[in-house]
Amino acid sequence: MIKVSGLTKDYGARRAIHNLSFDAKKGEVVGFLGPNGAGKTTTMRILTGYMPPTDGEALIAGYDVVEESLEVRKRVGYLPETVPLYTDMAVFDYLKFMGELRHLPDVDNRVDETLEMVGLLDRANGYIGNLSKGMRQRVGLAQALLHRPEVLILDEPTIGLDPGQMVEVRELIRDLGKERTVLLSTHLLNEAQNICDRVLIINKGKIITEDTTENLQSRLVGGERVLLRVRGEADELADTLKQIKGVQKVEAQADGAVEFGFSAGKDLRPEVAKQVIKAGYDLLEMRPLGMSLEEIFLELTGADKKK
Amino acid sequence: MKNIWTIAKREYENYFNSPLAYAVAVGVLFMLGIYFALILYVSSQQSFMGGGIPEVAPLNWLFVFLMIFLSPALTMRLISDEARMGTLELMLTAPVRDFELVAGKWLGALLFVLSIALITIIYPLIVNNFVEPGIDWLVMLSSYLGLILVCAALLALGTGISAIFSNQFAAFFVTLGLFFFLWFMVSLPANYLPVGGEVFNYLSISTHFSQSMNNGTIALGDIVYYLSLTALGLFIGSTAVEIRRWN
Repeated sequence: MIKVSGLTKDYGARRAIHNLSFDAKKGEVVGFLGPNGAGKTTTMRILTGYMPPTDGEALIAGYDVVEESLEVRKRVGYLPETVPLYTDMAVFDYLKFMGELRHLPDVDNRVDETLEMVGLLDRANGYIGNLSKGMRQRVGLAQALLHRPEVLILDEPTIGLDPGQMVEVRELIRDLGKERTVLLSTHLLNEAQNICDRVLIINKGKIITEDTTENLQSRLVGGERVLLRVRGEADELADTLKQIKGVQKVEAQADGAVEFGFSAGKDLRPEVAKQVIKAGYDLLEMRPLGMSLEEIFLELTGADKKK
Repeated sequence: MKNIWTIAKREYENYFNSPLAYAVAVGVLFMLGIYFALILYVSSQQSFMGGGIPEVAPLNWLFVFLMIFLSPALTMRLISDEARMGTLELMLTAPVRDFELVAGKWLGALLFVLSIALITIIYPLIVNNFVEPGIDWLVMLSSYLGLILVCAALLALGTGISAIFSNQFAAFFVTLGLFFFLWFMVSLPANYLPVGGEVFNYLSISTHFSQSMNNGTIALGDIVYYLSLTALGLFIGSTAVEIRRWN
């Protein structure tokens, strides 16, 4: 549904994105993850036909974003990061206007349906200028959904929402993603973990890694980490663990537990368990620690900085 | 083309939320009202001495003259403000051609100005009731056609300039400066040049109206002049919007 190859965009001398390639299938929610200024918005603006790339090609539903921009724009729903809206218009009038620009049949009903989807039906006649940030966000989302597009491109869709609204919007996006392609950008890692089937991590205009959220978690950079908890003092436990061959990075936790790591592929857990029992501890807990996206992210972008 | 109409309709309705647009309308109608009263007074004095009937065409001249100064206020924010507010991103990612956006904005402004002009038709109607055998409606028709063409050209240029700037006041002053130049200054060299002066006269935005259409002369050259300016304005606007995409 989305196919991007070799996409490059320069703003004057500054290269915003560099040779970006990825694709997204129908029914897939793809997260675009990266720090501010990584090139997420630039990529999305190119995909929505807002601006042309300096180099490379992007196809949406088989249409080229530069050559067949109008066809692309018909098929894409876009929520820009800043959620620009005509604040002097009523919610209903604004959506009707956008619907008319898309030549939607029976536009009044369509607007009502969409407002119901985003839970704004009771504010239909209110002026956009009087709405809270969260509600404006939902008006923007309604605008993106109005024509039931095949591809939804959402730039930071939950930014500025309160936690309750965040959950609602995420559920809505997950629902929408079942039958269409969703590309969303975020710098919230748990959000990506929550909604996305696949995550693209982007930094300084380049894709650093691309994988499903599960794979990213299991793909511990350099090995796996395990948390161990015993009854009694943990300080000596750490010393015990350090003596076991292959155990790395032993860290005593403040609550008395100990974390340790080992290289991927060499599962040392049985050996550790034996040694702990042998040393006379009561083993209470031993559990693998998945690396959070946050850590993966820091690891990846940090590693990039060192280069 | 339907998109042009959709955008024009929104823009037209938008003027009725704008204090500035009301100020322009009130300003124009107030000045015309005073001028009309003056015309009636003067012609009543003259008719005492066996003089002529009140002339209404000068009212349209005043309307057009006021538009030189006031229409930049109507067009200044059309596109520049969308750029500043970020809503231009919405328009440029909707399935709307750049030209349709610019033409829609222009048409909305033109419809608003013509709504004001529609009110001024009461002046010829009033005069028509008081004189025998009535006023020459063909001259009025020519005058109003001229008025529409001048306003179309002015508003198109204003819309085009608004697309260049992200600051509405910059757009206002540049538009005002251009209109001032086209109205007062461009024909000045015509008086000093031994040959080729007609070219400068032809470029002046006022001569085609005040010395021709407003007196009942409809010449193809005048119509072509105003339509060309309109096309130029819309072209500048579309190009400026397209350039914005590349930046």
